[in-house]
Amino acid sequence: MKHCREIDANRISTYEERGGFQALKKAVSKLTPGDVVARIKESQLKGRGGAGFPTGLKWELTAKQKEKERFVICNADEGEPGTFKDRYIIEHDPFSLIEGILIACYAVSACNAFIYLRVEYSRFAPLLENALEAVRQRGYSGNDTFPKVNIEVVLGAGAYVCGEETALIESIEDKRGEVRYKPPFPVSAGLDDKPTVVNNVETLMNVPRIIENGADWFARIGTERSKGTKVFSVCGDVERPGVYELVMGSSLRELVETIAGAQSVGMVQVGGLSGRVVPYSGIDVPLTFDTVLGAGAIIVHNRTRDPVEVALKSTEFFLEESCGKCAPCREGTQAIYQTLLALMRGKCSHVALGALKEIALAMSLSSMCGLGQTAPNAFMDTLRHFPQAYESRVAKG
Amino acid sequence: MIEALRKAKREDPGDISGKMQQIAGTFGLSESEVYSIATFYHFLGVQPEGAHVIRVCKSLPCHFKDGVKILETLKEQLAVEEGQTTHDRKFSLEVVNCIGACDISPAIMIDEKVYGSLTPEKVVAVLAEYKSVD
Repeated sequence: MKHCREIDANRISTYEERGGFQALKKAVSKLTPGDVVARIKESQLKGRGGAGFPTGLKWELTAKQKEKERFVICNADEGEPGTFKDRYIIEHDPFSLIEGILIACYAVSACNAFIYLRVEYSRFAPLLENALEAVRQRGYSGNDTFPKVNIEVVLGAGAYVCGEETALIESIEDKRGEVRYKPPFPVSAGLDDKPTVVNNVETLMNVPRIIENGADWFARIGTERSKGTKVFSVCGDVERPGVYELVMGSSLRELVETIAGAQSVGMVQVGGLSGRVVPYSGIDVPLTFDTVLGAGAIIVHNRTRDPVEVALKSTEFFLEESCGKCAPCREGTQAIYQTLLALMRGKCSHVALGALKEIALAMSLSSMCGLGQTAPNAFMDTLRHFPQAYESRVAKG
Repeated sequence: MIEALRKAKREDPGDISGKMQQIAGTFGLSESEVYSIATFYHFLGVQPEGAHVIRVCKSLPCHFKDGVKILETLKEQLAVEEGQTTHDRKFSLEVVNCIGACDISPAIMIDEKVYGSLTPEKVVAVLAEYKSVD
């Protein structure tokens, strides 16, 4: 993310003079698409949108499809409460993002790409369009050196679930953003049923640096299964909310206390409302894909915050944002929400609360997508770590 | 078709439902299909809107920074409830989920712009800016 504070997002020359687009040039003139895929695989870059799927593998699966028409989609639908790191990247360094998209297109032989920008960020559409125009004008697409790629900005229309790759694709196809059954995955049948790579903004931002500096430059930092850096957005009860980039494996304490200035921490939602709730006793946890991570949202709650209210408001969010297609999520979020509401009013029995655990398990196992699978997390984690907050409200008798 | 809905809202925010039949015809869809898509997305919908749409974030980070007070101030200042439009059709007030401005919570959007680090006093000042134009 080194360019974010150094370049001017409105002037491509400030990016070029720092070596911008040299990676793209290297890729298209000196490497084959297969070489590019191999380098990304070697770097062990994993998706930065929350799911952490190995990027090189995703590209490889797409590139080897029989169907020749392929698409690359940049998922800029950042909607997880507490996440604003992609916003920051778009605002401050759209050129790294665009270069990453162009390299991805080369790697999977795609001529068309889309930036699916959530409508809440529509104020950045002109910035992106200007950056794309500058890229065209400077000749980075459509001549003897650089293959022609059309990149179009598509606006969302306000739906958290459209951050899920298949719902996103449904939305581009002009339909309700309902999740598709998987398999098939977008790598084999995505937009218009063609092989499609869907990558997060931050994932793509890392690509030019990896091609420029080599896979090892990326892979030698971080932990064994979480390489490179991660961009976090910290908010909540902190002195210094903002966007911070840390080496993978850094501790949550360092991020929230040392850097963001949190005091009297009660719990932290790592990964937003769908993430894990880490109580203060767990604050030294390293941030990795194998421990706790998410897409980068870090919501800090001090000791005055009520764990049950955290669970209630988190569940309410998923209830509202559920696409409604599958029963475990549609019904499960409703059940958890209504029960927690009753609990807040002192009208919930032990039995009702116990039943929620069964529902939560069913949701995590059988929901069609990550929304339903993770919706119960805030409830389950606060129940486990703050049983007293629940116990004290259960209706006696 | 989603773009057509967006365009219809921009051009005539007071009468989106009137446009739906037309849009259905243009795209070879039934009116109920168009309705189904329009009501799926928070920023579409079939209710009439004012010249300016105010969207107040209700998600947890904004909620914990007294987002409720911001909503209450707006309701009071505009004399409307959530989901309603002022009599003079100038403002609509809606409540939405996270808009990605958590670093400056509590935050709202008015049309495309974001206003953050709000207090009831600042809300009144922001509204005054809009009221003073035309």
